[in-house]
Amino acid sequence: MNFTVDGRQAFAYTAAHALDAAKPTVVFAHGAGLEHSWFGLQSRYFGYHGRNVLALDFPAHGRSEGPPLGSVTEMADWVLRLLDAAQVRKASMVGHSLGSLVALECAARHPERIEKIALLGTAYPMTVTAVFLNAAQENRQDAYDMLNIWGHAQQVALGGNPNPGMWMHGDTLARLARLAPGVLYNDLKACHEYAGGEAAAAKVKCPVLFVLGRRDQMTPAKAGLAFAETVAGAQVVQLAASGHSLMAESPDAVLDALIDFLRG
Amino acid sequence: MAAGPKYPGFDTLALHAGQSPDATNGARAVPIYATTSYVFRDSEHAASLFNMERAGHVYSRISNPTVAVLEERMAALEGGVGAIATASGQAALHLAVATLMDAGSHIVASNSLYGGSHNLLGYTLKRFGIDTTFVAPGTPENFRKAIRPETRLLFGETLGNPGLEVLDFPAVAKVAHEAGLPLLVDATFTTPYLMQPFAHGADLLYHSATKFLGGHGVAIGGVLVDSGRFDWENSGKFPQLTAPYAGFHDMDFEEESGTRAFLLRARREGLRDFGACMAPMTAFHILQGIETLHLRMPRHVASTRKIVNFLVSNSAVDKVLYPELPEHPDHALAKKLLPKGCGAVFSFDLRGGREAGKRFIESLRVFSHLANVGDAKSLVIHPASTTHYRMTDADLTKAGIGPGTVRLSVGLEDAEDLIEDLARGLRAARK
Repeated sequence: MNFTVDGRQAFAYTAAHALDAAKPTVVFAHGAGLEHSWFGLQSRYFGYHGRNVLALDFPAHGRSEGPPLGSVTEMADWVLRLLDAAQVRKASMVGHSLGSLVALECAARHPERIEKIALLGTAYPMTVTAVFLNAAQENRQDAYDMLNIWGHAQQVALGGNPNPGMWMHGDTLARLARLAPGVLYNDLKACHEYAGGEAAAAKVKCPVLFVLGRRDQMTPAKAGLAFAETVAGAQVVQLAASGHSLMAESPDAVLDALIDFLRG
Repeated sequence: MAAGPKYPGFDTLALHAGQSPDATNGARAVPIYATTSYVFRDSEHAASLFNMERAGHVYSRISNPTVAVLEERMAALEGGVGAIATASGQAALHLAVATLMDAGSHIVASNSLYGGSHNLLGYTLKRFGIDTTFVAPGTPENFRKAIRPETRLLFGETLGNPGLEVLDFPAVAKVAHEAGLPLLVDATFTTPYLMQPFAHGADLLYHSATKFLGGHGVAIGGVLVDSGRFDWENSGKFPQLTAPYAGFHDMDFEEESGTRAFLLRARREGLRDFGACMAPMTAFHILQGIETLHLRMPRHVASTRKIVNFLVSNSAVDKVLYPELPEHPDHALAKKLLPKGCGAVFSFDLRGGREAGKRFIESLRVFSHLANVGDAKSLVIHPASTTHYRMTDADLTKAGIGPGTVRLSVGLEDAEDLIEDLARGLRAARK
């Protein structure tokens, strides 16, 4: 469904449903360089199980017009403006990687609008190596390869996709190939430069779930656990077989964790 | 450039891609899941699988764990997003066409095609309202000139049939993309070992897995692979993928899945409704072949080169059609696109016409006289006395086949034995 935010087209997948003011809403916020369909299975489930779904394409991603937003806080404010455009007063948020920082910031800045947040594949600080940032800044193929290889558990390189017939590495590269030059760098830089995590973690009052992959090479589970300890009352689910791309690598386990968390 | 992390190499993917060791029993080989269907955990789980909210298998016409290993492996070897294994190579071509087109659609295809593909496009699909214009592939502009408003696909073979014309991928892909159309290729003769068409601009490809992928001649199958790179939404020509589809709960496949849109519809509609799926035992057989593809293909090519060299110097042979020969029209293109070799299937023309061809074929002892290619065993056929025996010499010539044309598929036997066998046949042909 297309909305207009800041005078530009902003897309959010709604699982082919019109928004219903009587239903609770779940917002899905994707990670660096990706788009709404990265949450395909999970967002579809909630769309068909009594929720409004808004699986976002951040500006310059997927079907949303650019330019990209340069910081986590700008993205958080944009999410709230999109909720306004969609006439959604309150929502829960599910964020992955960069999107998890956006969800955290939304909950900290707008506690009256955000009911629960689930943070997938997250850590704070979310530093990005200089090698990776430089490659992305120069729009080099090896930046996409780094995101692809480090963005999955090591065993993904040899396959075993739970989605029959799909090759996860090839799929991710094809998605990244659709990005405009500079967008991946923008996103990685936003992760790297985000400095509000401690303050936001201290401010958040809503229920928080961390979903962490034990084989995550990008935001290692150890770092995610340390981050979770800074959020009062946070729940943690660890997925033994998953790397950073939890929604693709362990789709059912992620969905089960979200169903439990968002219930009630 | 800084060294980044590394992907597994081709040889490793050929052996492992798509399979994790069996979690229940620890089986190292790919288990053969000879089952039609899969037990649901409960009603909610069943509903979620049917509505694509959870990953998994429902019914083996749509997907099967053994077949899925083959699909993922082929996607990995080709650099695609995914694949669908089919009952045959012809089923893969039909699945691609049926997913993208309705009655009234049009295809521009190379005229150097496998006869079965020519029949499907030129005759059978026409009955269903899908028209094809065939063009000589050597001039990419021919494709552009044949494009109509209703064209939905450009199609060719990596190595054409029977002359081994090398498709100029970069040029034909450019023509296709400038028209907002995808390029589909039949990559059977080259396999991903010799060429990866997606790296040269193709958008979709398929194989007759019956041939070199299996390599053993024991199973019929096909694989359709998607690069995930074609932008169906921006093309604006494919409502099959970009508009709500009543046949699948108003799903907009592109909106739902982005890069996976084509395969999603092909699986959820094409396999569901046309049903030309691959059996798990077949997938197992093809996988056994792929595990040695990187070892077999260099040997196929090396023996082919020896045989080509033998034939070009034999007085009973009028002409040899192999792109590595300087006189082949696509020699320069082959050097650029096929540096590892031009495969192991090629034709040559015997002096002496049909009778010489018959004597040649019937004198061979190692080459098997049959209608197939891509086997570990060497194969031969003389079209004028077998597959095309009803045609006059003039009609044969129009089809690019001479009365003395012989097609070889060079196998993995000792190359000297193969040359000795051919020498026996050529002596007989001269009589």
